[in-house]
Amino acid sequence: MNKEKKFFKEPLTDTQLLMTIAIGIFFVMYLLAMAILRGGFLHPQQIFDMLNDNASLIIVSCGLTIVMIGGGIDISVGAVTSLVVMSCVLYLNKGGNIFVSILLALGIGLAFGLVHGYLISYLEIQPFIVTLAGMFFARGLTTILSVNPQKVDHEAFAALRGVKIEIPWLGYYAKNGNLIPGTVELGVVIALVCLLTVFVLLTWLKPGRNFYAMGGNQQSALMLGINVKRTRFLSYVICGLLSGISGYVFMMHTGAGNATNAAGMEMNAIASSIIGGTLLTGGVGNVIGTLFGTLILTTIKKIIVSSALNKPWWQSITTGGMLCFFILLQSIVLWVRAKLRAKKKK
Amino acid sequence: MKDKFKRIFKGGLGQLTIPIIAIVLLVIFNLIRDPSFFSIGISHNNDGNIVLAGNLISIINGASELAILAMGMTLVTAACGGQDISVGAAAAIAGSAFVKILKASSAITWPTVIAAFLFACVVAMLFGTFNGTLVSVFKIQPMIATLILYTCGRSIAYWINGGATPTVSSPIINALGSFIPGIPVPTPVIIVIVVALVFKLVFQLTSLELFTQSVGINGSAARLNGINSTFIKLLSFIILGVCVAVAGCIGVSRLGLINHETLLLDVEMDAILAVAIGGNNLGGGKFKISGSIIGAYVIQMLTITLYAMKVSSTDVKAYKAIVIIILVVIGSPVIKSKFEKLTRKLRSNKQRVPAKGAE
Repeated sequence: MNKEKKFFKEPLTDTQLLMTIAIGIFFVMYLLAMAILRGGFLHPQQIFDMLNDNASLIIVSCGLTIVMIGGGIDISVGAVTSLVVMSCVLYLNKGGNIFVSILLALGIGLAFGLVHGYLISYLEIQPFIVTLAGMFFARGLTTILSVNPQKVDHEAFAALRGVKIEIPWLGYYAKNGNLIPGTVELGVVIALVCLLTVFVLLTWLKPGRNFYAMGGNQQSALMLGINVKRTRFLSYVICGLLSGISGYVFMMHTGAGNATNAAGMEMNAIASSIIGGTLLTGGVGNVIGTLFGTLILTTIKKIIVSSALNKPWWQSITTGGMLCFFILLQSIVLWVRAKLRAKKKK
Repeated sequence: MKDKFKRIFKGGLGQLTIPIIAIVLLVIFNLIRDPSFFSIGISHNNDGNIVLAGNLISIINGASELAILAMGMTLVTAACGGQDISVGAAAAIAGSAFVKILKASSAITWPTVIAAFLFACVVAMLFGTFNGTLVSVFKIQPMIATLILYTCGRSIAYWINGGATPTVSSPIINALGSFIPGIPVPTPVIIVIVVALVFKLVFQLTSLELFTQSVGINGSAARLNGINSTFIKLLSFIILGVCVAVAGCIGVSRLGLINHETLLLDVEMDAILAVAIGGNNLGGGKFKISGSIIGAYVIQMLTITLYAMKVSSTDVKAYKAIVIIILVVIGSPVIKSKFEKLTRKLRSNKQRVPAKGAE
């Protein structure tokens, strides 16, 4: 008890505390999985696979974290990702240039971000409605482009897709004695670069700090001389841009475009931001927490696959239950902190 | 004269301006495009009943579930300042519960149907209580609290159904989903009218409307005035639960089967949209149920219009988005000019700083 009190007395901000909880729970969960389920969890490749599969989700969640710290919401990210994948696949299949395809991905993301930002911050329309319309538009446009799944047939792209970073010392020996090195896709590197950039932006740069100020209390941010409208505009533009990058990474991972690509990604991204300690009310949050939020979500899925719960409904029921646990935990932790603080003041 | 007109326009329509303009625009557009769009015919259906048919009927009929959900959603939005995104999943659960009881009973008669419906209501109210407790007691934002049920609701429905899509065929279920013999109006439309009347009656007889608005505008101020804001928030979710059960049962009766994946798919987004088009503030506070109902019909009319223009069902979303954006952009300068007037007024007082001035 005494130890706990000391822990709370430390000048941890809400952001850091929630992030620490998320990281702690991830490690506990993963260690438990290693101890009980064994199997794939003992290999480092398991973590690499988790990163490989979720590189685009991590990128999208970073963008969403920025928007959520600023007190907004963007539910169009999954649909924009899907649109980027489909349009880039179609462009590449027509024999397009690889650099132009990258620009195309960034351009689509940026365009959505600009329109959302303008409508939300300068015309003062509710962000939920604007991004909902954006989601409908992107999903509809994807099916207009092509209803059928498309596979990329492009040499240079195949070469780019094939770029894998091999880490021999984290590999393992297969049953026939061959060393299988740990492999990381290029998308993961891009995702980590995005994550670091956003982290630097949010922690040390002025626009990043403005997001926190705006999300924490808009009125005081305005009185501090922050251009609230431009800051909000910027948050949606960054989020749009990251959705574009995420689309390209998604395409590099799957190598094909499908109208149902990234279905439900926006909710996964929101969930990972929340688990990582970002509050939807704004002002609290961190991208490192978001990364661990994504990893926690994936670990839950992996654990369910590895354990005997093979009925199709268990995966989402367990995910929902875990989400419930995290949300309640955060709520209780923040409540306890507020109470302790009030006691201290007395 | 001009002032008078303005006052009447403002006082009479208020927040209903946008949805009514939208409906009028859609009607004019359809009249220009194809005057026969609104023709209503009388035909005989498969059972030999005399029924009304036509695009207008299919719009009013098709929007039934959406309208019912939008009514409940308005209340939640007003009280909690957030939205319930789990209504589609909860409706799937309620529909599964409905079918489960019907399957368990030996013969489908009116009493069993009513019992099944009541059971579905109880189930949906339980899930509403779950969401409501998270929001009101644990002070979690509604969107996040309902994200839990959104994630796992359809799987719970799947689990209740035992991994299948059970069907129910009975004249009573058929009558609930389409037409009662002898009445040419589709039954879902009658149910919508009944639900709307119940809401009207509740608002007339109780102070629910006033309490909800005061909780939505300022929860702590409402509490200081003796309103139990926790209970009001919980109650709004329970009422939404009943709406969800009604919508789920209509959805099941329409098809005569429960499919946990496709029953009322994406209806949560449409319901929130209906609330927003109805001119209600998604941040809570003042609300008008009538606006949301009109909003639901705007959405359905738009969809049917697009179908009539031979747009394929997967592409409809893109056109819908464009119309939504146009609608909200039309709406926003109005808000802005009102808002500027307000700041000017407050500035001339110079005593108070506008609390929501920066938004």
